[in-house]
Amino acid sequence: MKSCVLMAYVPDTASVIKVAAAANRINEADIKWIVSPYDEYALEEAIRFKEAKGAPVTVLTYGPERAQQGLRECLARGADAAVHVKGGEGTFGDALAIAKVLAAAVRKTGPYDLIFAGIKGVGSDNALVGAMVAELLDMPHVTGVVKLEIGDGSLTAHREIEGGTEVVTAPLPCVVTAQKGLNEPRYPSLKGIMAAKKVAIQAFAPADLGLDEGVLAGTGATCRWKALALPPAKSGGVILKGEEDPAAAARELARLLREQAKAI
Amino acid sequence: MACILVFVEQRNGNIRKASLEALSEAKRLASGAGWSVCAVLAGHSVAAKAAELGAYGASKVYVADEERLARYSSEAYAAVVREAAAKCAPSALFMAGTALGHDLSGRVAARLGWGCLADVTKLAVEGGTLVATRPVYSGKALATVDGGATPAVVTLRPNVFPAATGGTAAEVETLPPAPGDIRAVVKEILAKEGGELDVAEADVIVSGGRGIKGPENFALIRELAGLLGAAVGASRAVVDAGWIDHANQVGQTGKVVSPSLYIACGISGAIQHLAGMSSSKIIVAINKDPDAPIFKVADYGIVGDLFQVVPPLIAEIRKLKAEA
Repeated sequence: MKSCVLMAYVPDTASVIKVAAAANRINEADIKWIVSPYDEYALEEAIRFKEAKGAPVTVLTYGPERAQQGLRECLARGADAAVHVKGGEGTFGDALAIAKVLAAAVRKTGPYDLIFAGIKGVGSDNALVGAMVAELLDMPHVTGVVKLEIGDGSLTAHREIEGGTEVVTAPLPCVVTAQKGLNEPRYPSLKGIMAAKKVAIQAFAPADLGLDEGVLAGTGATCRWKALALPPAKSGGVILKGEEDPAAAARELARLLREQAKAI
Repeated sequence: MACILVFVEQRNGNIRKASLEALSEAKRLASGAGWSVCAVLAGHSVAAKAAELGAYGASKVYVADEERLARYSSEAYAAVVREAAAKCAPSALFMAGTALGHDLSGRVAARLGWGCLADVTKLAVEGGTLVATRPVYSGKALATVDGGATPAVVTLRPNVFPAATGGTAAEVETLPPAPGDIRAVVKEILAKEGGELDVAEADVIVSGGRGIKGPENFALIRELAGLLGAAVGASRAVVDAGWIDHANQVGQTGKVVSPSLYIACGISGAIQHLAGMSSSKIIVAINKDPDAPIFKVADYGIVGDLFQVVPPLIAEIRKLKAEA
């Protein structure tokens, strides 16, 4: 048994987003980069699978040079091997292009019984890559998993849907994407951090996987970011003082919501 | 003539409201561009619902009616959608941006070799090309995107596009049985206790944060929510503290929502929370701290103790509703 985790290295969720001069990307100047939070749940689940079944964990990422730091972090938390497909600047935000690269990396370094990923990469927020990789590799998939049991040759997953949970069974190999609530990710240990420094990261260019990144980002692009803008700033809200007479403020708020905003 | 194909989602045989929104938006765009609208419906004993979709703008509805399609399967539903797409050769495929839509769209897009414009909040046809606006970085920025040279799969965020009737009856065509095995099988659906409305679908949300002091005080939030027919939301802090389920979390690692009315009680407004709700149409904040960032995005607010503000607010709204 073997598993892999698809990881995205993304801006910290606390980042203030500014638009770059090119006007279709963010300004990366003051950005702190992190392993996408949902990928942390994916990694934790893979490590638990390893602890239960002895299945080594490989972390795969497709991204620029800095993504190597994310791979080291995953190694420090308990992953055994790391694969870095370098590139991704031109295909940013194009989930199908990214899925093609990751699926090719899986073919090159696999096979894996389980492919874990976060439900979405924070930032481009597509929530597509997991299902796309599954389709490209002809595997079943379950997205948004909050509970997982892995048996011999099959799994049972609880998947969050509106107003409830779907209980899904699927044979292995299978792609599983992690939703918050699946587990509580561990912190890297000092020993893990030291050991992670010694692991050789396998590096590829998309061309090594038989893919032309120029085509993926050019004539073959399937989602192009033409422009990026900040949402219009809000101002002039009606803020009532409710410290002295909260009941009067509450009555006034109800009146405003009814008569002015027509929201209730 | 070019067309937009809309995948229509049903649960227990009932058409989802978000799908009617997607259908209505397809009709609006198609009317402007001189295109037609087709729909595809998969399920069991759903054939009777198909003709009704004409009212929302579909001129043709493809129906796949099989027992094994009663519950969602990404593999079987993808086969159905591909079958319908082969028949009408659409310029775009729309779906509601629901849990099902987000799961299915990736598989379908990869199967068709098309891109996917996910969770869009605005659509336009410019020079024959579909251009979408979608919130990225959890709503901290808005990206304008297109699908390149291929047609695009588009998931439309629920509650953003209005559902509009006004069409006529649709022609219904039954599709042959969907080919292929179902490997990932939905065995059962566990409904959430109390049958609470989900924040992702709700038109009104009342959220509680650390200011509510303890999990037992969600009763007050639920009372206000119940009165307004609203879903109960929460900040990350109280989800992480275990006061309420993650399904209720609004924000960057929870759900990104755009309801008509969002009432934040005892939520200071961390950047991750604001990212998840600042596109709401009307935002109301109730918080003790006048400097709380939530007031910067609020349309209305009260600086005060929520335990002294919310009960009279409930009483007043109840009174206004009784008068109406």
